[in-house]
Amino acid sequence: MAAKPLLQVEVVETYYGNIRALGGVDVAVNEGEIVALIGANGAGKSTLMMTIFGNPRARAGTITFAGTDITHMPTHEIARLRIAQSPEGRRIFPRMTVLENLQMGASLDNLQYFDEDVEKVFTLFPRLKERMSQRGGTLSGGEQQMLSIGRALMARPKLLLLDEPSLGLAPLIVRQIFDAIRQLNKTEGLTVFLVEQNAFGALKLADRGYVMVNGRVTMSGSGRDLLADPEVRAAYLEGGRH
Amino acid sequence: MERTISRNSGESSLFAAAIRESLFAGLISLGLFIMLVGLKTDQNIRNELVIEQRWGLLASLVALTMVGRFLYVLFVRPALERRKLQKARVAPKAAEKSYLARNWTKFAVLFLFIYPVLMVLMFGLQGSLKWVDNFGIQVLIYVMLAWGLNIVVGLAGLLDLGYVAFYAVGAYSYALLGTQFGWSFWILLPAAGLMAAFWGVILGFPVLRLRGDYLAIVTLAFGEIIRLVIINWREVTNGAAGVSGIPKVTFFGLFDFNISSPYYIAKVFDIAQSGVYYKIFLYYLILLLALLTAFVTIRLRRLPVGRAWEALREDEIACRSLGINTTNTKLTAFAIGAMFGGFAGAFFAARQGFVSPESFVFLESAIIVAIVVLGGMGSLTGIAIAALVTIGGTEILREMQFLKVIFGPDFTPELYRMLLFGIAMVIVMVWKPRGFVSSREPTAFLHERKAVSSAFTKEGHG
Amino acid sequence: MEYFIQQLINGLTLGSIYGLIAIGYTMVYGIIGMINFAHGDVFMVGAFGALITFLLLLGLFYSVPVAVALLIMMVVAALLTSLYNWAIEKVAYRPLRGSFRLAPLITAIGMSIALSNFVQVTQGPRNKPIPPMVSKVYTIDTISISLKQIIIVVVTAILLAIFWYVVNRTSLGRAQRACEQDMKMAALLGIDVDRTISITFIMGAALAAVAGTLFLMYYGVVVFSDGFVPGVKAFTAAVLGGIGSIPGAVIGGLLIGFIESMWSAYFSIDYKDVAAFSILAIVLIFLPSGILGRPEVEKV
Ligand SMILES: Nc1ncnc2c1ncn2[C@@H]1O[C@H](COP(=O)(O)OP(=O)(O)OP(=O)(O)O)[C@@H](O)[C@H]1O
Ligand SMILES: [Mg+2]
Repeated sequence: MAAKPLLQVEVVETYYGNIRALGGVDVAVNEGEIVALIGANGAGKSTLMMTIFGNPRARAGTITFAGTDITHMPTHEIARLRIAQSPEGRRIFPRMTVLENLQMGASLDNLQYFDEDVEKVFTLFPRLKERMSQRGGTLSGGEQQMLSIGRALMARPKLLLLDEPSLGLAPLIVRQIFDAIRQLNKTEGLTVFLVEQNAFGALKLADRGYVMVNGRVTMSGSGRDLLADPEVRAAYLEGGRH
Repeated sequence: MERTISRNSGESSLFAAAIRESLFAGLISLGLFIMLVGLKTDQNIRNELVIEQRWGLLASLVALTMVGRFLYVLFVRPALERRKLQKARVAPKAAEKSYLARNWTKFAVLFLFIYPVLMVLMFGLQGSLKWVDNFGIQVLIYVMLAWGLNIVVGLAGLLDLGYVAFYAVGAYSYALLGTQFGWSFWILLPAAGLMAAFWGVILGFPVLRLRGDYLAIVTLAFGEIIRLVIINWREVTNGAAGVSGIPKVTFFGLFDFNISSPYYIAKVFDIAQSGVYYKIFLYYLILLLALLTAFVTIRLRRLPVGRAWEALREDEIACRSLGINTTNTKLTAFAIGAMFGGFAGAFFAARQGFVSPESFVFLESAIIVAIVVLGGMGSLTGIAIAALVTIGGTEILREMQFLKVIFGPDFTPELYRMLLFGIAMVIVMVWKPRGFVSSREPTAFLHERKAVSSAFTKEGHG
Repeated sequence: MEYFIQQLINGLTLGSIYGLIAIGYTMVYGIIGMINFAHGDVFMVGAFGALITFLLLLGLFYSVPVAVALLIMMVVAALLTSLYNWAIEKVAYRPLRGSFRLAPLITAIGMSIALSNFVQVTQGPRNKPIPPMVSKVYTIDTISISLKQIIIVVVTAILLAIFWYVVNRTSLGRAQRACEQDMKMAALLGIDVDRTISITFIMGAALAAVAGTLFLMYYGVVVFSDGFVPGVKAFTAAVLGGIGSIPGAVIGGLLIGFIESMWSAYFSIDYKDVAAFSILAIVLIFLPSGILGRPEVEKV
C-alpha cells in the first residue's frame, strides 16, 4: 500500500444543530482502491460523504486529500482538487438538459475535454445519449442515477464518491454500473469510495470496506473478510438484497 | 470579510492584514463615493445643473472608512472571535438581577406618568410645551404604532409594509366624521379603531394564502393604493389639500380646551389660560392608549390565539398540520394590529387638527417597521427604546444648535435620520437577525442562540 | 386607431425600461429567492451616475456626439451600480443566507431607505433636470416616434440579446442556472457559488444602470426618490412574467408598459399609479407564479 492514503478522515465529528451525526470517524482511502461504506439507514454515511466536501462542515477532526488539509476549505475548492461526488438523491439539475448537466460536470476544465469525455460516458450509459436533449427533471429515476454518475465522471476525478449508486436501478443495470466502476478502477486507476445498501455487491466489488453504526465506524477490513464476518452477515446481508 | 485570520498567527501578520483590508475598503469606498459624494449636482442662477466638487468631503469619508476597517480588523474582530470562543466554552448562567432591573418596567411607566409634571417644573408652563408635545407625544405615537404593528410582525410573523394605511383610515375616520357631523372624539375613537380593523380584515383576507415576502409586497401595494385613493378622491377627502379644522378632544365632555367655550379648562378650574393643558392632556391620552396596546399584547400572548401566532411565525406548515386555523389566526392579527393603528390615527388627527395624505406615505410604514425591527421584533421594551432613540433622537438633534455650525445652516436631522434608519436596519438584521431582545427567549439564555436559531434555519431557505 | 398605435409605442418604450429593471429582480429572486427591494434604488443610483457623467462630459468637452455620450454614460453608470450592488450583496445580504425568510427582505428595505436617503443627502432633494439630449421626432401620418424611443427600444433589444446569450450559452450562465436550481450541487461540481451570486447582482445592476440612463434621457429629469415607483412597477413586471424567468421579466415589463400607457390615455392619469399597485396586488394574489413562471413558487 502507498505510504499515505489519498483521502484520510481522522476523528471527524459532524453536527446538525446540536445533534451529532458523526462521532469521531476515521476512514482512509488509498490511491487506486475501491472502498465501500455500509451501514443501516441513518448511520451517517451520506453525512460523511458530504462532510468530506465541507457541507456540513466537520466540527472536529481533520480531513486530508492528497496531502492537503481540506477540513476548512470552501466546498468548490475541494471539488477543484478533483474529488467528484454522485450525491444522495442524485441532485440532477432538473431544468437543464442531460447534455447541460454533463457540461456542468465538466465545469472544472471549462469543457476542454468535453467531447472526448462525453463519449466515454455515453459508452458507459448509452441510454443517456438517447436522452441527450431531454430535461433532467423528466428522466426516470434510473436514468437520473446514470446521469449523476456520468456527471461526476465528467470532472475527471482522482477520487469518486458514490452515494448509493445502485439505488432504484434494475439488477442488470446495477451489475453494469458495478462493472463500470471496476473497469474504471482497473484501466484508469480511478479511486472510488462508495456508500451502498447493497452490501453484498459493494463488498464484493470493494478492496476494503467500513461498517458504520450510529455515526461511528465499528468495523473495517478487506471486502472479503467483511463478507465472511458473521456479524456483518447477520446485520447487512441475510435477508437483504443480493 | 470571510478571510478569517488564523487565531495563532502573530501580531505582525494581523497588522499586515489590517493594513491590507483597510486599503481594500478604502478603494471600495472611493469607488462608491467618488461620484455621489465627490461631485454634487447643483443648480446655478440660470437654473442649469452644474457640478460642484467636494474632494475634501470625499477624502474624509474614505479616510474614515479606512480607519474604521483598520480598527475593526485589528481590534474588534479578534475580540469578537475571542468572545465567541469563550461563550462556546462557558455555559451562560442566569445572573441574579437587581431589584431595579427586575422592576424597571414599573419604574419606566411611573416615570412616563410624572414626565409632564417634571417638564413643567423644570421648564415652566410655556417652556415645557416643546418637551411634552414635540418630544413626548411624538415618541409615544410611534411607540403605540410600533406596538400595534408588532402584533402583526413580531407576534404573528407577518411582515406588513402597509401599516400606515390603517393609521390613515383611523385619522380620516375621525377627521371626516368629526368635521362633518361634529361627533365627539370619544365616540369616534372606537369607531376609528373598528373601521381600521374592518379594513385590516378586508385587506388581510385576500393575502392569507401568500407566502411571507409576497404578503409583504401586497400590503405595501394596499398601503399605497389607500393613500393614492385619498389623494384622488377629492370630493370626500379633499385630496392632497387635506382636512383641517378637526375638533379637539374634550375631557369626556366635562371640560374642554377651546378658549371660546364656556367649559374651557381655565374657566372651569379658574387657572391661567394656556395651550399647554391640552398638550399635557393629549400626552396622557396617548400614553394610556399606548399602554392599552401593550396590555392587550401581553394578555393576547398568553391566550390561545397568541400561542397560535407564535406557532404561525415559527412554521406555518407545521402550524396547519397541528390543526390551527391559520386563516383566523392571521386575520385576528391583522385586525387587532390595524385597530391599534386606527386608534393612533384618530389620536393623530385630533392632535394635529389637520390631516393630509402627506402623513401616510410608504416611508412612514417603513419607519414603523424599522422601529419594530430595531426593537427586536416582539419585545415591547425593545420597541419602546427603539422608538425613543430613533424618533426622540431626531427631535433632540434638531435642538442641538452646534450641529448647525458643523453641518451648515440648513442642517436637517430628518434627512440623516432616514439614512441612519436604513443603515441601522441593515446592521441590526445582519448582526442579530432575531432582534436584540427576543420575546421567546428568556433573557438568561440570551447567549445560547445556537439552539434556537437552528430551528429557524430549517424553514429559512428560499 | 392612430391614437392607439401611439400609445402602443409609448408603452413599448416604458416597457423596455421596466423590463431591463425587472431582469435584476427576477435573476436575484431566481438564484437566492429574495426580493431585492433595493433594486429600484440601484436603478436610481444608475440614473444619477449617468446624470453626473453627462454633466462632466458637458463641462469637459465643447461637444460630444450623442451616441458616444450615451455610451459613456451607460458604461460609467453600469460600473457605479455594479460596485454598489456587489458591495450591498456582500455586506448586507450574504451574511443572511439561511437566516429566517423575512430577514433578507427587511434588510433590503433598510438598504433601499439608506440608498435613496444617501442620494438625497449627498445630491440634494430637488429634481435634477438636464437639457434634452435627443430631440428628433419622426412623424408617420399622425403617429410620432421620437428618436429617444427608438434608442430605448434598440438598446434594450441589443442588451437582451447579449444577455440571453450569456445566460443560455456560456459557462457563466450555466453556472448561474445551476446555482438557481441546486446551490449545494453546484458547489460540489466546483462552482464558486458566492462568486456566481455576486456576478448575478452585478449583471442585474448593470442592466438597471442602462435603464437609469435611458430613463434620464427619456424624461430629462431624475430625483432621489425615483427608485421607488419604477422599482415597484418593474417588480410587478417580474412577478407578472413569472419571477425567476428572464423572458418572463421582459414580457411582464412590456405588459406593464402597455397597461400604463393605455390606462393613462383612456382612463385617468391621476389613477395611473393606483393601477400599477392594483395590478401588483392582483398578480401576487391571483397569479403568483406569473405567465411563464414555474408553478412551484414556494421553495422548500
Ligand atoms: N439536514 C439535516 N438536518 C438534521 N439532521 C439530519 C440532516 N441530515 C441528516 N440528518 C440526520 O443525521 C443522521 C445521519 O443521516 P445520513 O443521511 O448521513 O444517514 P445515512 O447513513 O446516509 O442513511 P441512509 O442509508 O438512509 O441514506 C440521521 O439521523 C439523520 O436524521
Ligand atoms: Mg444516505
